[in-house]
Amino acid sequence: MKVLVAVKRVVDPNIKVRIKADGSGVDLANVKMAINPFCEIAVEQAIRMKEAGTVSEIVVVSIGLPQCQETLRTALAMGADRGILVETDVEVQPLAVAKVLKAIIAKENPALVIVGKQAVDDDCNQSGQMLAALLGWPQAAFISKIEVAGDHADITREVDGGLEKLAIKLPAVVTTDLRLNEPRYVTLPNIMKAKKKPIEVIKADTLGIDIAPRLKTLKVEEPPKRGAGVKLADVAELVNKLKNEAKVI
Amino acid sequence: MSILVIAEHDNKELKPGLANTVAAATQLGADVHVLVAGSDCAAVAAAAGKIAGVTKVLIADAPQYAAPLAENMAALVVTLADKYTHILAAASVQGKNFMPRMAALLDVSQISDISAIVSADTFVRPIYAGSVLATVQSQDRIKVITVRITGFDPAGAAAAAAPTEAVAAVADSGLSEFKGNELTKSSRPELIGARVIVSGGRGMGSGENFKLLEALADKLGAAVGASRAAVDSGFVPNDYQVGQTGKIVAPELYIAVGISGAIQHLAGMKDSKVIVAINKDAEAPIFAIANYWLVDDLFKVVPELTSAL
Repeated sequence: MKVLVAVKRVVDPNIKVRIKADGSGVDLANVKMAINPFCEIAVEQAIRMKEAGTVSEIVVVSIGLPQCQETLRTALAMGADRGILVETDVEVQPLAVAKVLKAIIAKENPALVIVGKQAVDDDCNQSGQMLAALLGWPQAAFISKIEVAGDHADITREVDGGLEKLAIKLPAVVTTDLRLNEPRYVTLPNIMKAKKKPIEVIKADTLGIDIAPRLKTLKVEEPPKRGAGVKLADVAELVNKLKNEAKVI
Repeated sequence: MSILVIAEHDNKELKPGLANTVAAATQLGADVHVLVAGSDCAAVAAAAGKIAGVTKVLIADAPQYAAPLAENMAALVVTLADKYTHILAAASVQGKNFMPRMAALLDVSQISDISAIVSADTFVRPIYAGSVLATVQSQDRIKVITVRITGFDPAGAAAAAAPTEAVAAVADSGLSEFKGNELTKSSRPELIGARVIVSGGRGMGSGENFKLLEALADKLGAAVGASRAAVDSGFVPNDYQVGQTGKIVAPELYIAVGISGAIQHLAGMKDSKVIVAINKDAEAPIFAIANYWLVDDLFKVVPELTSAL
């Protein structure tokens, strides 16, 4: 079966972002970018399913600036087969992402869509669930295990307090959680090979979809800082402070 | 027009968070309805009606809501949506699961994980692991919102219970089937809503060593949490995870043990009232946000602290 994986280009999660001087947004100029970690887990899962013989082809899609091709190349170097870039310079919010992916899915007809549960820049955690809604497909969000069995998939999801098991009909959309797998490192030979894999570029405005943002960012700011704390000498002092100063025990 | 809040429960009891979400809703308008969708869930509905600010409780009681599958929950809420200006749920795993699906069916965006309300259409939400606060304005006809419960003090108890009204169930979608769950059995409090939390990180070294934290937690009546590094290392299950992609908590007392303090972890706990950090690395970033810290070996300090309490 064919699997479609969506990947997002985000600020490298190890980098502390800076706010623009006018408070209009986060300064992305000359900041190191990377594939969103949960998207990387999604790519890895598709590759493992291909290695296991469940999946025949992995199509990886990204939406955004031309530089998103680098993110697609990362996925191709990991082992995806071909890429599609839906190119736009509009800020693409989750509902728009879902609409664009729906249009691509209408052409590609995958049996399974795997996306990350959350992008670590806007922390929305929406796109996969929205895509499932627009397609009328079942969804399994925050999965830690998936096994395809004929016309359905057996799922284990991470929920508050433990795990939940579902059986979902295919086609379906799943979103990845942390423990689904540990993504592989890309090797130099595979990076070279990935350069020969095809990436199709589609201009977003040729899809006839309204992708204008629905949420307007009025300002961004740093959260209030916590006051400075104190280093203590030993456990006795800690117990004393917690009892008599903070009064929390 | 009114505000709809979706309750989370296990058909017996409400999950923590509804009173906080109702408190957020009352900042948006005076007529706050709570939807309880479940199976044999009358007791839950009665409890929801006793939260101050709730003016009506809607009950959808049907077997297909025994487990809150996203497909069924979203389809149900959509049938009620046109009567409301805002639809809110806690930004729990359940809220994060069905709310975006419901928003997309309504062709509206979702405002995720709000920590403050500026006006009926303008909200504050943390982005980039909480290192940035964004103030966003929604252009949509219905505001679909998930609420960061640590941002809102819970509503109190009502003087009189709100009336209840049955609403029609929607047929089971047939798309997905609940096959059971494996919930962590613990006599300790849940992370969400706990007054005290003891959390361990990579410095714990193994899952076995979390017993040290459990002993301390039992002395304090605390919940046990973990950093992503500890979950990644397989020390503890994922539902222990506090942080950007785990649970967001703000207890009275948060004791971070062997946690260096990556921004992704701080995102989940830096609103705690009092933070204690125990780490042998004097340069650990966690100290920058701690009220009190000890630079010492956790394997010495934690048992000492446990016996001192």
